[in-house]
Amino acid sequence: MTVIEPHPERDYAPVPDEPIKRRGRAWKNWLFKLAMLSCMFVAFGTLAVLLVDTLVTSWPALTGQLLTGLPSTVADEAGARPAILATLYLGALVLLFSVPIGVLTAIYLEEYANRERWWNRVIEVNIQNLAAVPAIVYGILGLAFIVRGIGVGRVVLAGGLILTLVVLPTVVVASREAIRAVPDSIRQGAFALGATKWQVVWRQVLPASIPGIATGSILALSRAVGETAPLIMVGAITYVAFNPTLLGPYTALPVQIYNWTKQPDPEFQTLAAAGAVVLLVIVLSMNAVAIFLRNRYRKQW
Amino acid sequence: MTTADATVARSAATTLPRKKIRWGEQAVRVVLFVAAAISVLTTVGIVVSLVVPSIDFFREVGPTDFFFGTTWAPLFLDAKFGVVPLVVGTFVISFWSALIAFPLGLGVAIYLSEYAPARVTSFLKPILEILAAIPTVVLGYFALTFVTPFLRDQLGVQVEIFNALAASLVIGVMLIPTVATLSEDAMAAVPRDLRDGGYALGADKLQVSTKIVVPAAISGIIAAFVLAFSRAVGETMVVLIAAGQLPQITFDPRETIETITAFIGATGNGDVPRGSIEYDTIFAVGLTLFVMTLIMNLISIRLVRKYREVYE
Repeated sequence: MTVIEPHPERDYAPVPDEPIKRRGRAWKNWLFKLAMLSCMFVAFGTLAVLLVDTLVTSWPALTGQLLTGLPSTVADEAGARPAILATLYLGALVLLFSVPIGVLTAIYLEEYANRERWWNRVIEVNIQNLAAVPAIVYGILGLAFIVRGIGVGRVVLAGGLILTLVVLPTVVVASREAIRAVPDSIRQGAFALGATKWQVVWRQVLPASIPGIATGSILALSRAVGETAPLIMVGAITYVAFNPTLLGPYTALPVQIYNWTKQPDPEFQTLAAAGAVVLLVIVLSMNAVAIFLRNRYRKQW
Repeated sequence: MTTADATVARSAATTLPRKKIRWGEQAVRVVLFVAAAISVLTTVGIVVSLVVPSIDFFREVGPTDFFFGTTWAPLFLDAKFGVVPLVVGTFVISFWSALIAFPLGLGVAIYLSEYAPARVTSFLKPILEILAAIPTVVLGYFALTFVTPFLRDQLGVQVEIFNALAASLVIGVMLIPTVATLSEDAMAAVPRDLRDGGYALGADKLQVSTKIVVPAAISGIIAAFVLAFSRAVGETMVVLIAAGQLPQITFDPRETIETITAFIGATGNGDVPRGSIEYDTIFAVGLTLFVMTLIMNLISIRLVRKYREVYE
C-alpha cells in the first residue's frame, strides 16, 4: 500500500556504539537498543509468518489448475484463470493511463508551475490529500460516475480507470522526486545553449529522471494490482466463467481471493491461500524489479 | 523630460528583437496544466459523487438521527440509520492499530535513523517496503485464518470468529512501514549540529536519540501518526474479512463489530437498487468517512510542511 520514497541522503553518519563507562547508562543504552531491535523483529517476524503460513496452507491447491481452471462451486475443480487475466488487463490499463498523466502532472508542478499562484498550491495540496484518501472512497466515485452515471457498466475498462485514479498520486509524487533530483546546472547549461523550456525538459530533465519515474510507476502498479476495495464497488463480480474482455464483466484476482475467503468450506480457504500466493508472487516480483532499478540506476550528481 | 525620452529611445534600439511566440511551447504548457487539473477534477468528482446522493439521504433521514442515532440497521424493514455504531467500530480498530503501529513504527525509525549502519539499512528498508506492499486482501485472510485462531488456541484470548482484535493487530503491523518511513524522514532532516552538540555535552546515544532527535523531529513524527491513523480509519479489506459485519457499540476488541468501510464494502457490491434509501446510505456514510480522513490528512500535510520549514 504505502510507497516508500527513496530516502534523502542523510548528512550525518551514525555514531558507533562506544563502550560507555558509567554502568547505569550502559545498561539503559543496551536495553534501548534491544527495544528498537525488537520493533524491527515484530515487523519482520509477522511478515515471515504471513508468507510461510500462506505458502504452507496453499500447498495442496498450488496446481496448474489454479492458473488455467475456471471458477467453480466445487473447490476441487476451481481455478482463477479469468481473474488472473483480468488482473493483468487492469495492470496494463493502469500503466497506460497513470504514467503519462502522472509524469505530465509532475513536470507541470516541478518545472512550470509558479508557486506564488494559489491554484498551483491547491493542485499540490490536493494531490497530497488524494494520496491518503481511502481506496474505498474511489470505489464510491466509480460507483456513482463510471458505472452508473456515464453507463460504461461494470467492465474491465471502468475498473482500470478507477485504479488509475487510486495510484495516480503515487506516480506524481515519485516522478516529482525524480525530476527534483536533476540538478539545476543541467537545465541552466541547456538554456545557455539556446534550448527552449520544453527542449530542456524533454531532452535533459526527463531522460535523467527516467529511473526514478520507472521505480515509482512499478510500485504504483504493484499497489493497483493488489487493490481490492474499489473493485468490489465498481463491480468485479463473483462468478465469471470466461476470459475477460476490455468491455466485458470480470473478476480480478484480489476479488476472487476475497470471495473464496467468504466461503465457509475449508477447501475454499486453501484456494484463497493459493490465490494469495499467486497475487503475492505478482506483487512482490514487481517490487523486486522496482528496488533493483532504484539501486542499479541511482545517480550521484 | 527630453533627456529621459532620449534614454528610452536609445535603450529600445539596443534591446533584442521582440521575442517570437513559440506556439509549440504554449501548447505544451496547456497540455501539462490539463494533466495537473485531472487530479483536481478527481477531488471534485469525489465530492460531487458523495454530496449529491447524501442530500437525498438527509432529506429522508434527519441529520440528528444519523449522527447521534445509536442503532445501525439500514437494510431492515424497520430501518434505523444511527451511524454511531459504525463510527465506534472504526474508532476501536484505529485505536488498537495505533497502539501497535505508533510505538513499533517509531522504534523502527529510531533504529534506522540513529543506530543502523548504512549497510544494514540498505538491507532492512527493502524488507519494510515488502511489508508495505502486501495486498490488504491477503492481510485480511491472514488475520481471519491465522491470527484469530492463534489468539484463541495459543494465547487463550476469548475472541469471536470475527473480531476487532485480530484485524487491529494486522493493520497495526501493516502501518509500521508508514510510521517508520515518515518519522525517519523527519529525523533525517534534523541537522547534524544538534546531535554533535548533544555528544559534545557528554550525552550518550540514548539521550541524543530520545532527548534531541525525537523532540526536534516531533512535528514530522506526529504527522506520521496522524497519517497512519487516517489509513487505519480508511482500511477496508482487513476489517471486512476479519472483523465482521455486526454494528454494535462496544469498546471490547474481542467482539465482532462493523466499521464504516466494512459497511460500504459489504453493501456496495451491486445488489442494492439505485435510487433506494439503502443506495444513498452508502454515500452518506462515505461522505462521513471522507470528511474524517480529509481533516486528518490536512493536519498531517501541515505538520510535515512545518518541519520542512524549520530545517530545510
